[in-house]
This record gives sequence, C-alpha cells and structure tokens, in this order.
Amino acid sequence: MSQYLSTDSDWTFELLEAYDAEIARIAKGYRLDTYPNQIEVISAEQMMDAYSSVGMPIGYNHWSYGKQFLATQKSYQRGQMGLAYEIVINSNPCIAYLMEENTMAMQALVIAHACYGHNSFFKGNYLFRAWTDADSIIDYLLFAKNYLRKCEEKYGQETVERVLDACHALQNYGVDRYRRPRPISAAEEKIRQTERERVLQQQVNDLWRTLPTRSGDTSNAPEQRFPAEPQENILYFLEKNAPLLEPWQREILRIVRKISQYFYPQRQTQVMNEGWASFWHYTLLNHLYDDGKINEGFMFEILASHTSVVFQPGFDSPYFSGINPYALGFNMFRDIQRICQNPTDEDREWFPDIAGKDWLETVHFAMQNFKDESFVQQYLSPHLMREFHLFSLYDDDKKSHYQVEAIHNDSGYHKLREMLARQYDLSMREPNIQIWSVDRHGDRSLTLRHTMQDETPLASDVHEVMKHLHYLWGFDIHLETWDAGKHIATQSCPASQNN
Amino acid sequence: MSYIIDRRLNGKNKSMVNRQRFLKRYREHIKEAVSDAVNHRSITDMERGENISIPQRSINEPVIHHGQGGKQHRVLPGNKEFNTGDQLKKPPQGGSGGSGSGKASNQGEGEDDFTFFITKEEFLNYLFDDLALPNMVKKTLAQSKEFKTRQAGFVSEGTPNNLSVVRSLRNAHARRIGMGAGKRRKIKQLQATLTALKAEPIPDSLRIEELKAEIAHLEARLRALPFIDDLDLRYRNQVKVPIPTSKAVMFCLMDVSGSMTQDVKDLAKRFYLLLYLFLEKNYEHIEIVFIRHHTSAKEVNEEEFFYSRETGGTIVSSALKLMNDIVRARYLTGGWNIYGAQASDGDNWDDDSPLCADILGNQLLPIIQHFAYVEITPHEHQALWYAYQGVQKANQNGFACAQIRNASDIYPVFRELFAKERYQEAV
Repeated sequence: MSQYLSTDSDWTFELLEAYDAEIARIAKGYRLDTYPNQIEVISAEQMMDAYSSVGMPIGYNHWSYGKQFLATQKSYQRGQMGLAYEIVINSNPCIAYLMEENTMAMQALVIAHACYGHNSFFKGNYLFRAWTDADSIIDYLLFAKNYLRKCEEKYGQETVERVLDACHALQNYGVDRYRRPRPISAAEEKIRQTERERVLQQQVNDLWRTLPTRSGDTSNAPEQRFPAEPQENILYFLEKNAPLLEPWQREILRIVRKISQYFYPQRQTQVMNEGWASFWHYTLLNHLYDDGKINEGFMFEILASHTSVVFQPGFDSPYFSGINPYALGFNMFRDIQRICQNPTDEDREWFPDIAGKDWLETVHFAMQNFKDESFVQQYLSPHLMREFHLFSLYDDDKKSHYQVEAIHNDSGYHKLREMLARQYDLSMREPNIQIWSVDRHGDRSLTLRHTMQDETPLASDVHEVMKHLHYLWGFDIHLETWDAGKHIATQSCPASQNN
Repeated sequence: MSYIIDRRLNGKNKSMVNRQRFLKRYREHIKEAVSDAVNHRSITDMERGENISIPQRSINEPVIHHGQGGKQHRVLPGNKEFNTGDQLKKPPQGGSGGSGSGKASNQGEGEDDFTFFITKEEFLNYLFDDLALPNMVKKTLAQSKEFKTRQAGFVSEGTPNNLSVVRSLRNAHARRIGMGAGKRRKIKQLQATLTALKAEPIPDSLRIEELKAEIAHLEARLRALPFIDDLDLRYRNQVKVPIPTSKAVMFCLMDVSGSMTQDVKDLAKRFYLLLYLFLEKNYEHIEIVFIRHHTSAKEVNEEEFFYSRETGGTIVSSALKLMNDIVRARYLTGGWNIYGAQASDGDNWDDDSPLCADILGNQLLPIIQHFAYVEITPHEHQALWYAYQGVQKANQNGFACAQIRNASDIYPVFRELFAKERYQEAV
C-alpha cells in the first residue's frame, strides 16, 4: 500500500493543494512562521512579463521595462536562458508565481522553496521587519501606477518619462540606511498628497527666500551651511529642496524612493534569503520523502535540480560568475546545523556558543538577526572555507601582479572571512556619495562629495547620472572626489569652462 | 493557509505597453536598421520581421557604480595550488588576445549590441513611415488579404440577423410530426375502439367515457407541443473566402549607366518595392521582370539588377523596346495585368527621347495597366523628361511621372494608383 501523494509527473490543482498541505504541516513542525500564501500558476509568457517588471506584480509603465522584456524574450526564445521556476513577492499574503511547465516534483520543490522558505524569511528577518511593509506594498504599487498614469495624461508621457529616467539613475541613492522609514500606505498617501503638495512648495519657497535682510546683518552672521549635515538620501533631499521641481515631480521622486526602499533589504540579504529558502526546500522535501509521501523518482528529480542550483564552479571554470549566493547560503545554513549536531573540536573553538546547541533554534536566530555581511562574518566556518577552497586575491591597479593574500588555512581563516563579509557590505559595493552643500546665496549650485574606498574610481557612467541630477536640481552640479581627507578632483555638470 | 489561483487565462501581454515605449524611444535606430534591411532584402521579401540591434551604450541606463582600478580584494572559490603570498601575473589589458582567460571576463560587461526582433507588421510600419505613406494606404498594404463572405450551408448557432425562417419552420414542422406521431397513432387506435364500442348493441358507457377522457388528454398533449423551439432554429452560415484575384506582371526598368550611384539605386529600389507591395495586395500571383539598360537593354535577375556595376552611355528606348517585346511575347494572353516602373537619373541620348515617347505612348500604354517613371536627380530636367511630359498629356490615366529626391517623394508618384484602388473598394 503506497501512500505517495502522486507518482505521475503531471500536476493538477488538487495535487498542488495536497502537496502544499503536506509541506505546510512539516514546515509547522520546524516552526516556520509565514504569511498566508497566494500561489499563482502562470504561463511562460506571463513569467517573462513578471521578470521584466523586476518582480513587482504591478508596475508603472516605463520603457526600461520594455527593454528588459525584449532581452528576456530573446534569450528565452533562443534557449540561452531558462526561466526561473518561481518568483516570489514580499507581500502579505505572500504571492508566489509557479510556471505551468514545471513537473509535479518541481512544483513541490518550488512551493517548499518560495512559499515556506522565502516567505518565512520575509516575515522573520529583521531588515524586512524594519524596512518593508508586506501588508501595504501591493496597494502602494497600484497607487503609484495610477498616479503616474494620471501624470502622463496631464503633463505628457515624455515629460514624465524624463523625470523617471532621472529618478531611476539615482534610485540606489534614494534609501534611508539608518532610519526606519514611515510605513507606506496607499490610502494615506492619497489623502495627504494634495496637502503635501502645498506644504512642500511652501517649504521650498522658504528655503529659497533670498531677499536681503537688513543691511549689515548678512556680513557678520556666520554663513549657515546648508544642509547642516551631509545627506546620503539624494532623492529625498531633492524631493524636499530642489528649487524648480513641480509638486507632481516631487511626488514621482517620492514614489521611486519608496519603491527603492522596499527593495533595499533584498539587496542586502541575497545570500541569506536564497540560502534559507534552499536549506528549507532541501530539508522539507527530504522530510516528505522520509514520511513516505514521495517516491525515489520524485526525490531524484528534486535532488538533480537542487544540485544544479547550489553548484559552485571554481574561479577558473568557464561557468564561473562570482560566488553563487544559493551555494554559499545553503551550505552555510547546513553548516550551522552540522555545528550544532556534530561539532568538531575546531567548531567548539570557533563557535563556542552554538556548538552542540539546538540546531533549529540556532538557524532561526541566524535568519532573524543578520544580513549577508554580518551573517558571513558571524557564521562562515573554517570547515566551509576549506570546502569551497576559498582564497582572497589582492589587486592593486598600480602593480603588475595579483597577490594571494589569504587562503583556507589557519593563518588565513580570519582574513578570508573578513574579506568575504566586506564583499557583501553594500556600503562597500556602492560608492559613497553624499550631498555636501548648496550655494544658497550664490549660483544655487549643488555640491556632492564622493569619498573613495580603496582608491577605487567611479565608473564613467557618473557623467550621465550627473546630467540627470542636473535636470532635477535645475542648477550646476559639482561632484568632488575625496580620498583620505584630500580633495582629488571635481567634475561638474554642465562641464565648467576652465577644464 | 494557502490559496492556489490559476492565472494562466489572465492577459499575457502585460509588457506590451512597455515594449511599445521602448520601440518609440529608439525609433531612429530602428528606422535605420529597417532601412538597411530593405537594402539587403529582395523586393519580394518584405513581409517578415527583422532583428534589430542597437549599440549597448545607447540604451544604457546609467547608475553610479565603481569603476575598474583601485585596491581591490576579491574572495574566489576553487583554489587548487595557490598559497599565501603567491604573485599571479595579470592578464593583459584590453583583452585583445584570442583566447581570453576566464579571469578577464569576470567583471567586464560585454559590449555586445542589444538585439531584439520586430514583427512583420512593425517592420512594414517603419518602412511605410520612411516612404511617408498616408494611413489609409498603410492599412491597405499591411492587411494580409481581402475577404468576402459567402453562404456555406446552415448551422444551429448564429446571430438573429442570419436566421433562416424557412429552414427553421421546416425543422419545427418535422419535429412536431416526429414528436406527435406516437400520440396520434394512439388516438387513432382509441378512436377505432371507441367507434367499435359505440357500434355494439349495448354500449359500455363507462368505458366510452374513459376512452373519451384518454383521447382528450392525448389531444391536449399534442397541442402542448411547441410550435417552434430553440432546437429548430437554423442560421445561414457565412464563411470568409479570399477574393479570387488575377495575376500581374511588374516590369522594373532601370538605367545602370555610370552616372547611377548606389544611393540612387537604393532609392529606386524603394520605388519598385512600393509598387510591388501594392500589386501584392491586389493580385494573387505576381511576376517581376527586371530590365536594365545602358546603351543596350538586358533582362536580368534581381541581384544583378541592383548590384552589378556598368558604365557607358544611355539609350532608354532600348529598355522600352525590350519591354515591349517581352510583353507581346509572354504576357499579352492569359489575363495578365501589366505594370511598368522605370527609374533613371534623367540622362538619355538626345535623339532617343522622342523615340521613347513614341514607344511608350503608342505601343506600350494601350496594352498595359499603369506605367510610372521617376527621375532621381536634383538637377535640371533633360530631354527625356520633356518627352514624357508629352506622353502624360496624351494619357491622363495610367501614366505617372515625377522627380524625386528622397524616399518620402516616392509615394506621390503612385497616389493616383492608390486612389483608384480606394475608389474601387468603395464601390
């Protein structure tokens, strides 16, 4: 008497329900806390649509999404790229798209991965808890889409597109890194919107009130620097202070900024998020197999797919394209489980507080309280560094050689771990650029300051970005580059005459 | 708790708007690519899509990011033989070497062009745009076929305006006969029994009443049969069939003397192309005859027609003569519609022009449908032009001549042709 849920590779809606129920039951046993799931079966074409809207279920219209779509379509039709098995959205209920082409085994894998892995990560991780609002994102996206459509009707598609282009160029500089943003709410946005338009313009006007005060006063009062502190959220600064923007343009800045903020945690937790989801699809489906609910054939298919997802080619392989976040994340969570269950002496020395402890408790704690950078820093074990044969290469552009600065040995573990953690530090990956000052009483030019990291220059794209910035600000833009307290260079837009 | 939803029936073209916006933004690039494609394709091969490629740097969306250089640390997997302190030679910059090592491609973003496919309709649209076609004409040309509807029997589903009353009533009648047959037979039997009973010496009145009641009941049932039912309805079936069309031959005449540059030929190609597209919409079967000439004329294939180079003087009448000969030899019988299109830079042997006018006006025009001449030159008109002006005066219909400088001048040459077409459609 077999109690397999199914043995055929075709799926039906009844089977999806049955598998989902089984997986949910097992997930509960592992204390996975999730938002309700909304599982949507879609076709390949629809998957391409979902792809090109960068994972937003409802997106405003913009040519860049069309470009994305054409690129996806082309590489899919030429067979250069398979489509993802699923896309999952950080929303409540948590929306997961399943492709109709998947076999039953793949659907089970995807349900475990997305609906219980990613979903519980969205709900549990501190960054997501603090920075995103799963409850309101769908409403907000809908609000944004409608607002932009209305703007297009009113001011013309090209004008709106021009503003969006500029905002997109700066969207990575539209996030608050240290302060929790106000929760977004479509309804509230709408009510406050008209009010805000008026108040905003009022504030801007105040800032630019340049009528001279009584004679004599200006010269002896020390010039107040504006802004008083350097600002890292460029879009926010422009929204509040750019002198020439119309209220609706400020609103668009705000929309792009809010959406960028929503994706900010995802950019910081790629390894953990994919690792967590992979760890759980692996664990949950193995459990399902142990319970006798799926047969060997199913398990083979699942493992074959799993293995290719968490495969890490070496640096010299033609398939190498950086460290695979699925591979690193999955193996790190597995490694934590191993350290808890079968610690070696080395593990006891490196991880005294988790070696031999309850593994489920430990992985949940790790998932909830870290981001990629700190996760690697905290949990990457010597054992795993050896498994991956990690080494760190130092590249000084003034030298003709690379130098191997650390490998997977006793003297190298700490250095390796530190270097890998740095690699996931967003503040290292993205150039450090802040709004420095505004010449309020002179030519109204805006000065930004780029602080170099490791003497790395900016890519030449920055000229184009400065043009966009100039469009939004309306007056000259200067970008100063500083390294170790020294002023290295200044670029301006429009380019100044004297250089 | 999970909800499982089937979204497959929802629209799949969510990205259509964004795609259109992209195409609009890069319109100039696409037009250029289409124009290139037209130059490379055969004029009978316009109705398919095309791969468009745009240089990656033109469609780049700039963001601020780190460039190359500085002091970088990179952690990589898969160490085999390196030890701490090892020095590794950097691969040469620029990647000019044939077999680039795996390393060099890690960071470098490929500078490949961004390519994508536009559909047949989009391709034609860009092409027509180039030729400055009016919308009405664009529509006619882009439509794949002309259809008319024809009767094809009867079907049980349809719209009320196609209801066939006779058929429906005939069906109803048949149904009423069919469904009432058993009851009528029964009534007949009962009536026979009734008559028999009545004829008996002592009629059994109880039985008679019973029979009468039964007959009345059956008759009521018969009357209850609906006169007409949904089942009976029949509708006229209309099917779309392509309009049967005849065949046409198109003569392309071109001067290939030394003064005709490739640019002029490319322009001429568009001129033939437009006529071809027009003919293709109106005729089932089309043949094209290419005649090129300098001092003597020759029938050639398309490749040779557009791309081989010749030098020498120009005698236009040689081509018209050859066309005349071919028409009379091959296309006079068999219901051919004959169209001619001639392109030249206006040069001709002076004494030859009256002869051209004579051949065209007196021999060709009476037997052909339409002849179009374009002079591709920014200079003064020459003898041939004035000779053809005379022909035009004599033949208001069926002849068009014009001077063109760029692609958007071509359409007016055919205006009359397309207008006539529209007139016929309206009738």
